[in-house]
Amino acid sequence: MSNLVEIRDLHFAYGERSILSNLRMDFPRGKLIAVMGGSGCGKTTVLRLIGGQIRPQRGEVRIGGEVVHQLDTQGLYRLRRRMGMLFQFGALFTDLSVFDNVAFPLREHTDLPEELIRDLVLMKLNAVGLRNAHRLKPAEISGGMARRVAVARATALDPELIMYDEPFAGLDPISMGVTANLIRNLNDALGSTSILVSHDVHECFAIADYVYFMSAGKIVAEGTPDDLRVSEDPYVKQFVNAAPDGPVPFHYPGATLADDLGLGARP
Amino acid sequence: MHRKTIDVWVGLFVLLGLASLLFLAFQAGNMSTLSFGQTYSVTGRFDNIGGLKPQAPVKSAGVVVGRVGDISFDDKSFQASVRLDMVTDYKFPKDSSLKILTAGLLGEQYIGIEAGGDDKNLAEGDRIVRTQSATVLEDLINQFIYSKAAEGKEGSE
Amino acid sequence: MIARFFGYIGCSVREGLAGLGFAIRNFFILMRLSPGAFRRPGLISEQIHFIGNYSLLIIAVSGLFVGMVLALQGYYTLNQYGAEQMLGQVVALALVRELGPVVTALLFAGRAGTSLTAQIGLMKAGEQLSAMEMMAINPIQRVLAPRFWAGVIAMPVLAAVFSAVGVLGGYLVGVKLIGVDEGSFWSQMQAGVDVRADVLNGVIKSFIFGIAVTFTALFQGYHAQPTPEDVSRATTRTVVIASLLVWGLNFVMTALMFNK
Repeated sequence: MSNLVEIRDLHFAYGERSILSNLRMDFPRGKLIAVMGGSGCGKTTVLRLIGGQIRPQRGEVRIGGEVVHQLDTQGLYRLRRRMGMLFQFGALFTDLSVFDNVAFPLREHTDLPEELIRDLVLMKLNAVGLRNAHRLKPAEISGGMARRVAVARATALDPELIMYDEPFAGLDPISMGVTANLIRNLNDALGSTSILVSHDVHECFAIADYVYFMSAGKIVAEGTPDDLRVSEDPYVKQFVNAAPDGPVPFHYPGATLADDLGLGARP
Repeated sequence: MHRKTIDVWVGLFVLLGLASLLFLAFQAGNMSTLSFGQTYSVTGRFDNIGGLKPQAPVKSAGVVVGRVGDISFDDKSFQASVRLDMVTDYKFPKDSSLKILTAGLLGEQYIGIEAGGDDKNLAEGDRIVRTQSATVLEDLINQFIYSKAAEGKEGSE
Repeated sequence: MIARFFGYIGCSVREGLAGLGFAIRNFFILMRLSPGAFRRPGLISEQIHFIGNYSLLIIAVSGLFVGMVLALQGYYTLNQYGAEQMLGQVVALALVRELGPVVTALLFAGRAGTSLTAQIGLMKAGEQLSAMEMMAINPIQRVLAPRFWAGVIAMPVLAAVFSAVGVLGGYLVGVKLIGVDEGSFWSQMQAGVDVRADVLNGVIKSFIFGIAVTFTALFQGYHAQPTPEDVSRATTRTVVIASLLVWGLNFVMTALMFNK
């Protein structure tokens, strides 16, 4: 099984602050891979590096054999036409209707006639269950529905690689289940590779083929969901069991409570 | 809003701007009297041009027949040398005379050209010899004071 | 202590220059991507509608009142010298040369400029521009360039409307209300307002103002931080910087254009 995306020896920092270090990840074709971890561990940065929005200081990201940050603007845009990305909270164009949002990539990148675009858009919306909402504006639909419209838009051009940035954030249990099913079914139906960035253990484990766990910019564990459920790694255990304290501390590092209350001075 | 409707409104918008511009040019401005025609230049020398400025009108019988071009100082004759751009349609005899006049009492100064009687007309580059300088207000006042003083002297004699 | 003061000044100057250079670099990027925007005239015309048509009412009303007040004030002063028939010329010249382009630019900065800044800033905050980038569409070409050219086209139109309505307002007050002779009103005006020197220069001014104000609005919006506080600060910056630019450019252009 060949890899669509390969990350080797990746380092990324904002000035002095190191965000990612020594990253090595494989994303095989046709699989759904989850990248999980606590807030601030750098998972969204990985997506942005894959999409070419930022450049690494060291190491490389290869998509289909091409090194992303060595591409020129033309090459990068060519690459992005084969990708779809779902942003957190949808990032729909608020001045366009649901229909126009999904039609946007089709109108911009293809010369298809309007009748054909109409049929395609309605089919994409049907896949996410929102065909009858196509006249509404993003302000008139709920967050979960907006997320689904964004999925339809991200898959409008039948991309080879789909990236999801926190698709379950802020959703009710029903919407979460719907979205998770959607992601899995779309991946299988399109035969594409999906990268899922999330911290929702239950949903991700239900649909992912492989999981990477990250903490403070490094990979601390990886494996299939079944492997990780029985893992003895303390970090994985804390995450999977949602324990408040463990390798990831509850308290922000600094002085102890005794010091702050002035109790430390007493003998 | 539909594409078509937006285009209509935008078209109206630009049309309104164009109409405003044309209004300003014709009704408020001097577009209707602007002459883009050909001109020929003649010069005239004056002892004093007063407040004459370039682009001031050259009038004959009250009608604009040209515009003042460059104004410079001739340091051989110590006179002001004024170039006049005359409209080609209007010909004047070679012995025409120039006067610097004022529009109203305190208005802008312009050049009045009076036709002479010569058979031959002014050509490009000719110099008009008969010129009368601008009336300087201070000289007028001095004249008036002296004449009043002289009168007073006469009266008391 | 003194050294620190000079260090601070040096630092501010350097920051200022860097900021200016950054803005100019952005301007050239916008210019480079504009031909792509011109291939989609529908986008530009849509923006002209939002920027221009929606500003028409306030510009026209302001023009009317400015013209009327000019006529009133002008009459009071000219009357003292017995020169009231020059009223038409005074009103028209003041409007066409200065007030038309400048006041329109300031109103435009306040109305259209702030709305552009807020819109772009919020689009950035909602990751819409990022989403567009990830769909292989350059947001500068698709979102910013059409708005820029729409502003540049709309500004001279609005300034012309302002001046024209102002002249009409001056006519209403001067001739109809106060009683200045109608014939002298228009004929003195026509004698004094030169199409090339006055009207055309006014159009050129408003064109330059259009470039300055629209670019400032778009630039501030595009580089605002994606938080409500910074978007609001960006809209304030738009109005302040655009207004200062208008005053500065107006001074330079007036000195260059009207120096008989």
